[in-house]
Amino acid sequence: MERTANYVILIVFALVILGPVGVILSLALGPESASVAREGRLFHWENFAEAWEVGRFGQYMATSVVVAVVVVIVAVTASILAGYALGTMRFRFADVIFYVFLLGIMVPTEAIIVPLYFDLRTIGLTNTVWGVAFPQIAMSIAFGTYWMRTYFRTTNRAMIEAAQLDGASSFRILWQILVPIGRPAILTLVLLVFMWTWNEFLVPLVMSPNGSVRTAPLGLAFFQGQYTQGTALLAAGAVMVALPVVALYIFLQRYFIKGMLQGAVRE
Amino acid sequence: MSDPVVGVTDRRASRRSGRSRAAWVPLAYLAPAALLYGAFLLFPLGRAAQFSFFEWDGLGQSTFVGFGNYIALVQDEQLREAFLHAFVLIFFYAVLPLAIGLLLAALLTRAQVRGLGFFRTIIFLPQVIAMVVVAVTWRQIYAPDGPLNGFLRAIGLGDLARPWLGDYTFTLPAVGLIGSWVSLGLVTVLLMAGMSRIPPELYESARIDGAGPFQEFFAITLPSVRGEITVALTLTIVAALKTFDLIYVTTSGGPGTSTTVPSYEVYRRAFQLGEVGAATAVGVALTIVVFAINFVVNRIGDKK
Repeated sequence: MERTANYVILIVFALVILGPVGVILSLALGPESASVAREGRLFHWENFAEAWEVGRFGQYMATSVVVAVVVVIVAVTASILAGYALGTMRFRFADVIFYVFLLGIMVPTEAIIVPLYFDLRTIGLTNTVWGVAFPQIAMSIAFGTYWMRTYFRTTNRAMIEAAQLDGASSFRILWQILVPIGRPAILTLVLLVFMWTWNEFLVPLVMSPNGSVRTAPLGLAFFQGQYTQGTALLAAGAVMVALPVVALYIFLQRYFIKGMLQGAVRE
Repeated sequence: MSDPVVGVTDRRASRRSGRSRAAWVPLAYLAPAALLYGAFLLFPLGRAAQFSFFEWDGLGQSTFVGFGNYIALVQDEQLREAFLHAFVLIFFYAVLPLAIGLLLAALLTRAQVRGLGFFRTIIFLPQVIAMVVVAVTWRQIYAPDGPLNGFLRAIGLGDLARPWLGDYTFTLPAVGLIGSWVSLGLVTVLLMAGMSRIPPELYESARIDGAGPFQEFFAITLPSVRGEITVALTLTIVAALKTFDLIYVTTSGGPGTSTTVPSYEVYRRAFQLGEVGAATAVGVALTIVVFAINFVVNRIGDKK
């Protein structure tokens, strides 16, 4: 009896979650117009190709990839270096510096986006990849430094000291010992930063007013504004925008859930 | 800069040769992160505070107005309304998912059911989908001839069908429910993680003492997941306060100003109305609210 009730609850909530996903998928694979519907095919995969062309999603996705790669590489590298210093070395003001980084996790983008726009416009960084990437790098570093510091604090101190006695430089200890064994922590950080960057909306919206660095989520929002009647293409675009992160999530869901829960402080 | 503070004094002496070098080593590792973080987060935060004391249209001369923008913020009915809407969204993003999540997690943690891992994967899915995609999807669902109204008509509740995103009364709750849909998975998975750590002996001894399922829930389960509740509330409340892309894509604050929120007002005032100073004041006020709520929620959560 209790078991049946549990299964019913599980199924109901799974449907609540999956319902909207099903709606967008069925729209994306549905016929684009009444005349196409008369052909009687079940799946209209050509919607994706057409959205890729007509909605320029190919172009927007390419921009998103470039921005995401820049943000992930710069933010994760800087976070590893800073987390290493804060997690394994003792120096004056280490705690103060750590709390200053921690503060950045809570600062909402809305607070800094206005001065960022006007100051970066002055130095000519708006409408460039860097103008879109730098603010997101800074936000990811706040979380990444916290995350990597936590990891480096849990590493084996004796191992570091043994390597020091062998004459290894701190740089070698980091890249040849700590980074290889810290792969799960670093991979989780890469996934989270990639997801946040790919899904970000406000920063690319404001930082590229002329649309030259338009990322995939923005492309989708503007496509919705232009093609009010083309539901199938809009839905196909939505699926394409969501797909990279959803695919990664499904492949690596154990890392992802763990990372989201442990890094839950950021949002 | 300064000497490294090495814990053991004699070790410091034995490392005489490395001493001058060691002082700058941590700083060198910190430099890239500190520079990027300082230039693109801390500095603009300071600039925001500065901007908020001026009246500026983004182009011409700026005028110092002191706390004028903040006073106007308190007096501006539309902004007060925006903050009020954000608090309504807190109910939908945080309170409602917490209530459902507690029930769901309590049932699922102790249930002997298969497919729990699959369920966990599914229910977390909305967290990873871009908010813009979520918004576009729900716009279709809420459309006048969309699936939701179709469903209502099919089960004989056609009178309830309405343009959900074009109705002064129902649009804010309709948008809020999208937030509930997104938050529910995160909250449930967090709570399940917490509940699975409760030792089963606690429940066994409670049963021997004759506790029913409700007493068990309030005496054992709820107190044990206090920490998880704190994290869940912090995250979802902040997400509710920062709602921007959802509003931008679904309603643009409309109909009228019935769904406008602070973050949307920051954008609209700075980049559409040319009220840069007023917009940054809203941003700074929002930051203060976020910090205050974090502080209060964590303070309450820490009390054991």
